[in-house]
Amino acid sequence: MSTVYIPSVLRPSVGGAKSLELEGDSIRAVVDALVADHPALGPQLMTDDGDLNRFVNVYVNGQDVRYLAGLETPVAPADEVRLLPAMAGG
Amino acid sequence: MPKSYADLLREARAQIREVSPQEVDALPPSAAALIDVREESEWEQGHLPGAQHISKSYIEQQIEGAVADRDAQVILYCAGGIRSLFAAQTLAEMGYTDVASMSGGFQSWKGAGLAFEMPVVLTADQKQRYSRHLLIPEVGAAGQAKLLGSKALLIGAGGLGSPASLYLAAAGVGTIGIVDFDVVDVSNLQRQVVHTTDRVGERKVESAKKSINALNPEINVLAHEEMLVADNVDRIIAGYDVILDGTDTFETRYILNDAAVIAGIPVIHASVFRFEGQLSTFIPYEGPCYRCLYPTPPPPELAPGCSVAGVLGVVPGIMGLLQATEALKVLLGIGETLSGRLLLFDALETEFTELKLRRDPECPVCSDAAVAARV
Repeated sequence: MSTVYIPSVLRPSVGGAKSLELEGDSIRAVVDALVADHPALGPQLMTDDGDLNRFVNVYVNGQDVRYLAGLETPVAPADEVRLLPAMAGG
Repeated sequence: MPKSYADLLREARAQIREVSPQEVDALPPSAAALIDVREESEWEQGHLPGAQHISKSYIEQQIEGAVADRDAQVILYCAGGIRSLFAAQTLAEMGYTDVASMSGGFQSWKGAGLAFEMPVVLTADQKQRYSRHLLIPEVGAAGQAKLLGSKALLIGAGGLGSPASLYLAAAGVGTIGIVDFDVVDVSNLQRQVVHTTDRVGERKVESAKKSINALNPEINVLAHEEMLVADNVDRIIAGYDVILDGTDTFETRYILNDAAVIAGIPVIHASVFRFEGQLSTFIPYEGPCYRCLYPTPPPPELAPGCSVAGVLGVVPGIMGLLQATEALKVLLGIGETLSGRLLLFDALETEFTELKLRRDPECPVCSDAAVAARV
């Protein structure tokens, strides 16, 4: 199980949870598990083509998966996955 | 048996090696730590290039901060070569193994026609006002003079810009530009501490200028009362040394980013949402830019501004002060900035998290290909 941190703007879609424990050995598997449990997240995280939306960054242990292997980036059980959308407020 | 001045001087001469100004001048750069032990008023009349000033009365207290390595070569000088001999004895007593005194002092140096530098001289008022900065070796008079000659631009005099503007002004950043076209609303006052209740309805740039100059009258406040748009961004940011991005729309953040990258001006970015904040420093071509971090803006429902989602007032306070901290470091050229790092703050958990950022090799603004296309 890896820990997935949910940004506050997305928490209403997951029943308010700050983090979730999810199964999956890749980012794709973890995100699929997340969306299966919380379908409202689907369009917020993924494009219609099944890619990550460009406005949501995903980090594994502090590293952006865009510079690792994207959705195929491996995820180990103790890894920390963080979803991070941009925020505008000033 | 009591000793006379002549006795003490004889002993010092016997104990301490003396070097001539010509020998000091011939040393390779940074071969020795040069310490000027004269009084401040003498230092202000000129000093050896690369010398540090520690007046003789503070030598015991300050030498370890200036020269940590007790085996490093240390050369002391004063005006005529006497005080530096006695100060060198003190260093020898403290365990410095390679201490010398420059014979004839600064007078002989100047008399030999060797090059010297004039230090930055702050006024008496400035020395008092910035005394806590002057005590820090990383800032000192030279750093303070740098700040006084610096120009920082704040995009927005709101939740982030308010604390940043006040502390940059207090720190003596000589010119502070503020871009804001809004007026003070009573709902701003829960966090926008540069404004006041009796200025509700007043233009924010004017209100901020009053607070800044009440705190520090010597700051030159430049009011840009306009919305930052693609047509005016190049004109507005020109000539600034650092920019603090505290706007509340993605559109403005991207417009600013693109222009600042091209102009080569560092941008200290912060954004807030309820209990959370994000912060990074974008140094053009050295680290990633805002587009490397977020290639496209999210849809509005995923990124509501403070007026829609709300914000705990202290969160922009904290993030704005972190922006000011980064700006001061950039201006002084000290420390490690947040370039290449994104700092997340969660006030509910009192938690800071750091994420690694990279330059996007396909960034439409700062990649090599984008630079080549602009030429």
